[in-house]
Amino acid sequence: MAITIETQDEHEAIIPDERFDFESVGPFRSCYESLTTVKNNTVAVDFRNTRYIDSSALGMLINAKTYFSDKGIKVKLINANDQIKKIFSISRFDKKFEIL
Amino acid sequence: MSLNNEPIESLKILVADDSATDRLILETIVSKAGHVPVGASDGKEAVEAYQREAPDLVLLDVLMPNMGGIEAAKIIRELAKEDVVPIIFLTALNDIQSLVECLESGGDDFIPKPYNQTVLGSKIKAFGRLRRMHRTLLQQKEQIEANNLHLIQEQTVAKQVFDKIAHTGCLNLGNIRHYMSPLAVFNGDILVSEMSPNGSMVVMLGDFTGHGLPAAIGSMPLATTFYGMVRKGFSIPDILREINQKLNEILPVGFFCCAICVDINFKERRLKVWNGGLPEGFLYRLKDDEYELLPSKHLPLGVLSNQSFNGDCDTFQLEEGDRMFMWSDGAFEARNDDGEMYGEERLHNILYQNKGQSDIFDKILSNVQQHIGSSEKDDDMSLVEIEMRDVDIVASVDHLNEKRQGSLADWYMNFDLPETSLREFDPLPLLMNIISEVPGLRAHRTPLYTVLAELYTNALEHGVLGLSSQLKSTPDGFAKYYETRADRLQSLTKGKVSFSLEHFADEKGGLLVIRVKDSGEGFDINRKSKEKGLDAGKVVTIEENDDFFGRGLQLISNLSQKLTLFEPGNEVEVQYRWDIEE
Repeated sequence: MAITIETQDEHEAIIPDERFDFESVGPFRSCYESLTTVKNNTVAVDFRNTRYIDSSALGMLINAKTYFSDKGIKVKLINANDQIKKIFSISRFDKKFEIL
Repeated sequence: MSLNNEPIESLKILVADDSATDRLILETIVSKAGHVPVGASDGKEAVEAYQREAPDLVLLDVLMPNMGGIEAAKIIRELAKEDVVPIIFLTALNDIQSLVECLESGGDDFIPKPYNQTVLGSKIKAFGRLRRMHRTLLQQKEQIEANNLHLIQEQTVAKQVFDKIAHTGCLNLGNIRHYMSPLAVFNGDILVSEMSPNGSMVVMLGDFTGHGLPAAIGSMPLATTFYGMVRKGFSIPDILREINQKLNEILPVGFFCCAICVDINFKERRLKVWNGGLPEGFLYRLKDDEYELLPSKHLPLGVLSNQSFNGDCDTFQLEEGDRMFMWSDGAFEARNDDGEMYGEERLHNILYQNKGQSDIFDKILSNVQQHIGSSEKDDDMSLVEIEMRDVDIVASVDHLNEKRQGSLADWYMNFDLPETSLREFDPLPLLMNIISEVPGLRAHRTPLYTVLAELYTNALEHGVLGLSSQLKSTPDGFAKYYETRADRLQSLTKGKVSFSLEHFADEKGGLLVIRVKDSGEGFDINRKSKEKGLDAGKVVTIEENDDFFGRGLQLISNLSQKLTLFEPGNEVEVQYRWDIEE
């Protein structure tokens, strides 16, 4: 389960793998906790490679948001496919995150 | 091989001479050379001996009582038919006219008397060689004839099998016209059509690369997959994806199938088109009296791996009287006697010059055939016209509803996972495989996967492993929760999750009822219900969004129609309703 970090034009991006589920809990957390500098004070979780997320993914995202908001850093969710967007909207994540 | 070293083959040689002395001399020479002589004292005896002994070579004296050598030679020639039996005349004659007569009667050579042993030996050798060569040729010819016969028989059988598999489907409906030249079939063109259970007509025209058997062979998996899946109600993208994968797996590199696939729903008057590599189709719009083009937007079937394959279709709204034309490029490539191709331009000209006329199909056909003229070798054209009309369709849909009974419609299954399986085995792919066998449900795979995955997660984590969601309220607890999950799963000694799936089909679609029960203690539904202001009771139904039940249950209840929890909280039922026309 490889989760990678990439500095993109506007922000720091965390890129989960094809499946973003309970097996990603540890790797995802150590990944965002390893970020020391954050471009534009914005972290984007980039779902361009991701086909499937489960409910634990939602928990991970909430945890990440809480972690970063203490540091004044915003979390965005980008490049999610339609199915993942649907799960976000069911969970009312559109009220908690900026989803692009 | 040098001639001197050629192996000595023992020949049977007929020696016909009325002089006993001469005959004895000849027979001795023949025997010494390693051959077997057969004697005859006149022409009549020679013919009889030929019929009886079937010698390899015949030595004939010209002048003999009863029947002369020349007449005997004619008869032996006739009897020998295709078999080459060299006839050598033995003669003391030396006038040119007699020698010519000898050769014209069927003789191959002559040897003057008295005999020279060396000359005679060489001639026998030479004719033996000639005979051997002829025999080899004859054998090869027979072999080729036998092979050819065999091939024709095989092709006849192949054609019968092919016709059974790639039968005409619903091509006999009044609104389709089609032409496929016989040559086109074995040049890899294929036309299949079938009504789907929801009343759509699905037609596919394909053109395999290459010619002959290699091109035709891919038609088999294409046709069986097509008919199997259309009848079960799978959508075009699903069908194309399946065919693409099959062809990608079985065809050698460089072999693929250009195809156009259309799905016409006559009730909704909707056309869906997928074109991969075939010439653009023409859609005639009656209202505007114009054509809309349906160009190829995809790579042919069998080229891409299924990951990169794109089965997206273009959708058009149809009106009565709209017509669509499609053809394989065999139409362009039809050549006349001078080798000139018919070409795309000529075809398009006919379409535009005869716009809106009902006999365009015949005009194209006769025009192409006129172009080809007598050089019919290049006729491998396939041409299809489909008209948007309401006739005949209803009847065939009725007969299709009968067919639908054969597909997976009403079924029930139980699936129990004991602790050994829970530790190692992911049950979801298996369940999804079964669900995908219900044609209509296949399109709902993604939400169903989420529903099943969340149900299983809850049953396993909260039920079997006894993990509490409370743990997840802090980031550290969240991590701890999943660590504990892994630990407890590895050391699990007792536990069970049971799935029960039940499916009911009706004319509009179907209902899938999923029940998941775990071996855990459950939880206090009543307490949770009270906190949320729900009526306390044995059964709690969640139909609204409900933050309280955790994100998993929230997802499930939103993706399905009904979610019910059963006392003591270790059993859940989800109802998932689906409709044929999404």
